[in-house]
Amino acid sequence: MESFMQFISDNLLMIYLLIFTVILGFEVISKVPTVLHTPLMSGANAISGVIIVGAIILIRRSASDDMFSLILGSIAITLGMINVVGGFAVTDRMLEMFKKKKK
Amino acid sequence: MIIQNTLVDIAYLIGAVSFVWGLRLLGSPDTARKGNTYAAFGMGLGIIAVLLDARIIGDGNYLWIVGGMAVGSIIGWLAAKKIQMTAMPQMVSIFNGLGGACAAILSIVEIMTQDLDKGGLVISLFALLIGAIAFTGSMLAYLKLDGKIWDSQVTWPKHNIINQVLLLLTVAFFIYLVIAGHTTGLLIGFLVLSLFYGWSFVAPIGGADMPVVISLLNSFTGISAAAAGLIYGSNFMLVGGILVGASGTILTVLMCQAMNRSLFNVLIGGFSAAGGAAAADGDQVAKSTNAIDSAILLNYSSSVMFVPGYGLAVAQAQKALKELDDLLESNGVDVKYAIHPVAGRMPGHMNVLLAEADVPYPKLLDLDDANAALPSTDVVVIVGANDVVNPAANDDPSSSIYGMPVLNVWEAKHVIVMKRSMSPGYAGIQNQLFFHEKTKMFFGDAKDSIQKLTSEVKNL
Repeated sequence: MESFMQFISDNLLMIYLLIFTVILGFEVISKVPTVLHTPLMSGANAISGVIIVGAIILIRRSASDDMFSLILGSIAITLGMINVVGGFAVTDRMLEMFKKKKK
Repeated sequence: MIIQNTLVDIAYLIGAVSFVWGLRLLGSPDTARKGNTYAAFGMGLGIIAVLLDARIIGDGNYLWIVGGMAVGSIIGWLAAKKIQMTAMPQMVSIFNGLGGACAAILSIVEIMTQDLDKGGLVISLFALLIGAIAFTGSMLAYLKLDGKIWDSQVTWPKHNIINQVLLLLTVAFFIYLVIAGHTTGLLIGFLVLSLFYGWSFVAPIGGADMPVVISLLNSFTGISAAAAGLIYGSNFMLVGGILVGASGTILTVLMCQAMNRSLFNVLIGGFSAAGGAAAADGDQVAKSTNAIDSAILLNYSSSVMFVPGYGLAVAQAQKALKELDDLLESNGVDVKYAIHPVAGRMPGHMNVLLAEADVPYPKLLDLDDANAALPSTDVVVIVGANDVVNPAANDDPSSSIYGMPVLNVWEAKHVIVMKRSMSPGYAGIQNQLFFHEKTKMFFGDAKDSIQKLTSEVKNL
């Protein structure tokens, strides 16, 4: 319990950031037309691929003979990258059609 | 070195702000595409920054990183470009699942290779749990959406009770791992339990509710990414993950509202649990019609409204429908489209499809406008929609979709239902509309039927 308390006081600024970002996330989305729900979900999904940054940190700090971390880490990078690239590309494809229609 | 660190920090900052700004722009039709580009830019900036960040000490191993990124980019790019417009919801679900898997893998490596304090262990286990649930849950959602698995195949008796027990077990296991410490065996056990819970969690939820589930699992992935951000001390990951977590939750609630149901109701699996009284009615006879009769009816009416649904998407009939629309318009018929918020498999699904076929935006009416226009409409043509035009939602309290706003198509003078068979819709319940006195059934593949209709109208 003490170490948990320690963790909180060590990361206080991050906890502030966390709470304010939650509020921001709610506010940014609260009024969106139904038409855009699918692209928005898809775009948000691409952003959740930000996990790839963690995978890069993991591999960068691993020892070059630590095969366990390297292999799992590069699998994680591959999966994360599919999420990022595929996510943004698919969202763009959806939105491209909205654009074409308007003109 | 100091300057480099500062530049890297600024890049993270701009990246995080791009996420926020991008999401904001995604919420409005005019700016949506720009918003997506901003968010992608932010991601690119963040990835470059983490590659250059000199404060990460280790062997670098850039070959592994570049290799993984190259393979992932190619697969992701090809998948996004090759996928049919109709299968996009499934694609989003798969992408989301992979993000969850990524988070789960990272947490495992973190727990097994690092000497974490209790706080770090709690967060890592949490990221592992949520990531694993998002992975198997999304995969099952994909399989259900793609029609590879049906609800009845994965739902067990008393499934909701099983899920509650599983959840309790998982939480207990979590607490045990934190208090008693972890071994490799226990950790694998926890992973397996988390994966299984993700699957079991989605299993009883009706196929028609998959969009809501995907949105929810999307916010799960965001939360696990944020937790991983705490582990790695990355504000960039934290902001990106939490943004998705929060916006995904709001989006989930908005989708539920569009169906007039609570999230709780969706998660308990209302659709698959309750059959409704109407399902038992097997004796009624539906009237069927053919291309010639329907063509005459359409051509000599003054207003026609199409109601597209998932059947349109499956049959890839949007262009054929536009062709029929053009033909009728040139013969002086006023043609409109009624778009139910949850028609298809995802909100906005039909708008995307019809936009692809160049149907002008003003022709698409939303639920309220369509219902206002329906009483003065001569003919309604339902193309592969079912649950969104089910009168049971208005007048049958025993039905599991009771209370969901639907298109009151029976208020129009005639209703033609294009459908492959009499089988129930995705919610698994019978539709009294098919037996309605105004209704005529036009059996066949949607695209095929529309093309037949078009050629008959031409012949008139």
